[in-house]
Amino acid sequence: MENTLIHIDIKKTLLSSKGVMTLEVNKDIPAESFTALFGPSGAGKTTLVRIIAGLIKPDSGVIRFGDEVWFDSNRKINFSTQNRHIGLMFQDYALFPNMTVEQNIQFALDDKDSSYTKSLLDILQLSEFAKYKPQHLSGGQKQRVALARAIARKPRLLLLDEPLSALDSGMRIILQDEISKVHRMFESTTIMVSHDLNEVFRLADNVVCLEGGKITKEGKPQNVFTDTGISGNLQITGQIASIEIQDLINIVTVITGNNNIVKIIAFKDDISQLSSGDRVLILTNTFNPIIKKI
Amino acid sequence: MNAEFIQTLYLTFKLAISTTLVLIIIGLPVAWILAYSKFKLKPVIEALLSMPLVLPPTVFGYYILMAYSPHYWFGELLNCIFNVRLAFTFEGILIASVIFGLPFMIQPLQSGLRSLPENLREASHTLGKSELVTFIKVLIPNIKPSLITAIALTFAHSIGEFGIVLMVGGNMQGITRVASVAIYDEVQSMNFDTANHYAFILFFISFVLLTIIYGINKKQDLWKIL
Repeated sequence: MENTLIHIDIKKTLLSSKGVMTLEVNKDIPAESFTALFGPSGAGKTTLVRIIAGLIKPDSGVIRFGDEVWFDSNRKINFSTQNRHIGLMFQDYALFPNMTVEQNIQFALDDKDSSYTKSLLDILQLSEFAKYKPQHLSGGQKQRVALARAIARKPRLLLLDEPLSALDSGMRIILQDEISKVHRMFESTTIMVSHDLNEVFRLADNVVCLEGGKITKEGKPQNVFTDTGISGNLQITGQIASIEIQDLINIVTVITGNNNIVKIIAFKDDISQLSSGDRVLILTNTFNPIIKKI
Repeated sequence: MNAEFIQTLYLTFKLAISTTLVLIIIGLPVAWILAYSKFKLKPVIEALLSMPLVLPPTVFGYYILMAYSPHYWFGELLNCIFNVRLAFTFEGILIASVIFGLPFMIQPLQSGLRSLPENLREASHTLGKSELVTFIKVLIPNIKPSLITAIALTFAHSIGEFGIVLMVGGNMQGITRVASVAIYDEVQSMNFDTANHYAFILFFISFVLLTIIYGINKKQDLWKIL
């Protein structure tokens, strides 16, 4: 790849709930891209992000960032987290409880530039909470602070570990927009761990599917999650709530990302591979939908 | 109240405050190293630091007194190079009190640090901050209850220390005679009134300090911290 920024080729043996697993990843990530790491829990997504951040040391391999070698097991190179100049947004925020929102963000900065802090607070709509301690914030506000703190140093690489997993769907969509805005504004290269299809579709231009520590699929979300033969004019992702099997037809109830309930008629062959709880993509190309602002 | 009484109380508090200050300076880095590092001799170091919790103060006092003696290498070294003799001096009982107070300072700090979520440290590292900056600005401020517990326990314990002070310092008025030793001495001399005054003051201060600790650690079980 011409504009490769990060080259990852690592191996790490992990003890997971399903026994010993080897995380084996060889991947180039282009500059200024938004890559989603997608897969079931225990697939090694978070571990991979932590390896890139320098918080976990791989058993062997190489990680290169541009011309810099961050990790090379043969040459015994291992940059510390501090020297990698990254931003990491933790799944459970990891805000410092002893500092206010403002101080959490300023802690990231070498010079306490108050106008820059103020503009960050404005961008993420946190100005009125600047003097609050994290324990007095809602989940969505904490996520915003965590995001503001992670980007405050203008990191060369922004890592997001399931950034929105703890939020309800309404808040998720708002914060997905914030992340997208920040990604474009700071022109950062972003890697996001997610197991939410909606999130991947909305944010990522590149998705890497991990399963059992190996990359199973990768590419643009539309291509990865859609059978190549079908061209969908309308695509909705969601989760199967129930499957009603009747004499002639079967009705599959799907709850979409924004909590709408969609009932779909499915044939026997279709449902043979489906079960409750599966994440699915609903697509159609046979009608003309009408779009309205809400 | 006579001058001797005041002098003894002054010396008692001077010893307890000095011990606590020295132990804060020693205890914080030691607790930090023990909480976050792995090395082969760590269990040995931890066991050594906890010995004062299980050994009678007289055993410790005996070893320290021997170490101070000019007949042994440590005492000889001090005597020859610095012209210092530590036995039966205030500095001597201060060092002994610091050694004996180590677990009371280090254990609450260490368990406080261990109970902090690991990702606070990691988050600070991802923001480019060194281990030292992380320790001072992120970790210490978030273990305040443990820090207060450690300080109060160390202080209360060194106020009441008897065996080790008597072994290493003896009972010299104005030099090494502290309240706990004075109580014993006064009782031996049948001066129950004076003994009662000393005893009440020690009782009262220890009670107030422990009430403060329990008040601060309302949500935590003090015995877990210990």
